[in-house]
Amino acid sequence: MLAKRIIPCLDVRAGKVTKGVQFLENVDVGDPVAMARYYYEQGADEIVFYDITASNERRGIMIEVVRAVARDIFIPFSVGGGLRTVDDMRAVLLAGAEKVSIDSGAVRNPRIIAEGARAFGSQCIVLSMQVKRIEPREGFPSGCEVVIDGGRTPTGRDALLWAREGERLGAGELCINSIDRDGTKLGYDLEVTRLISETVSIPVIASGGAGEPRHLYDAFTAGAADAAIVASIVHYGEHPIPDLKRYLRSRGVEVRDTVGMERSAN
Amino acid sequence: MIAIVDYKAGNLTSVARALDHLGHRCEITDRPERIRAAERVIIPGVGAAGATMENLIALELTDVLREDVARAGKPFLGICIGIQVLLDRSAEDRADCLGIIPGEVVRFPSSVDGRPLKVPQIGWNRVRQTRAHPMFEGVPDNSHFYFVNSYYPVPADPAVTIATSDYGVIFTAAIARDNVIATQFHLEKSGAAGLRMLDNFCRLKV
Repeated sequence: MLAKRIIPCLDVRAGKVTKGVQFLENVDVGDPVAMARYYYEQGADEIVFYDITASNERRGIMIEVVRAVARDIFIPFSVGGGLRTVDDMRAVLLAGAEKVSIDSGAVRNPRIIAEGARAFGSQCIVLSMQVKRIEPREGFPSGCEVVIDGGRTPTGRDALLWAREGERLGAGELCINSIDRDGTKLGYDLEVTRLISETVSIPVIASGGAGEPRHLYDAFTAGAADAAIVASIVHYGEHPIPDLKRYLRSRGVEVRDTVGMERSAN
Repeated sequence: MIAIVDYKAGNLTSVARALDHLGHRCEITDRPERIRAAERVIIPGVGAAGATMENLIALELTDVLREDVARAGKPFLGICIGIQVLLDRSAEDRADCLGIIPGEVVRFPSSVDGRPLKVPQIGWNRVRQTRAHPMFEGVPDNSHFYFVNSYYPVPADPAVTIATSDYGVIFTAAIARDNVIATQFHLEKSGAAGLRMLDNFCRLKV
């Protein structure tokens, strides 16, 4: 049986971690490499970086970050944000990322999913989608619409139908990010996560809303998720990853044991 | 020097980075003479069996790996697709493989006991050490390792299996026969436990 994965998410702008990461010990909280190292040692099962750099000319900085992270941590990590072409993906993968996460770029040009899967294998391609609850409407069986541009632009696509389309095109995993829950600490949108997870046959990652350890438990049980993205729940040091894992283990959820080993063996 | 076989696919650099981190010198190469000269050889990777074999054939490396590495007694490590090409054949692309370890490679079933199984397996699974082996020194039994695979090896001789894992079916996750070692899981992406096994390989005396 696979362990349920806990995946910290770091937003990076022009090579620096941006939002609200406060802590902790002696970690330079602005430095994505130090942060990745910290979470690696804490037992993160994977890490995701979102490049939120606005301008194109500064994107090269992210490649340098990826290269440095890859020298330092030995678990899979993915990079998303602004990837629009197979060449964009190749640059990130060659620099050492295990996976790429595509979002708006895939909505605008779905072919990029198939092209990426053909070039690098489906296991490299995470289709990430921002979803938003809508009034019941014909053609939206999930009750959620896919949105882009940070939630500002509706796409007319149903979350479930887009998930199935993404799987068909060759995505290896799906990340379901609830815009309604993002930043609320009210827990993941379990309903849409479960619906998609039970429909597709690729792993599903829950995202948006984790504020309490029980939210992760809910995502892995009622939400049927294979993995969960965490941000503020771990960034502020309130619920360190070892505590989350201890809690999940005590409730019978299979998680990876690492504590102590990453530090001592390196 | 450790040669990492460059067969024009896969994540060769991540294995090289892990070896650098551990302080072992390595070289990514597709040249037969460099592979012959190496003290140890690693065939890493992500990829499909058919394309991997085609590339090894085009690079004229199949006999080098069979004769000058495996049969010559050089420590030889296959990772992920690198375990699968060691066997006789793979159901993936119906590929004929290296035949260094008798047996074949089969696909995970799409369901087990009527419940759908997500294929590929992507994530951390426990690895049960079924035989004592120096590769496991310092690695707790039932540690988690990172897997990405739709296929798994079925060696003809069960005695070569040194570890198994359970993904609906219990399958061979690592094999060892004399100097030939291989893992279905990614040592270079499996945190400290994976690094430890890589380090053990680099120190292995056969």
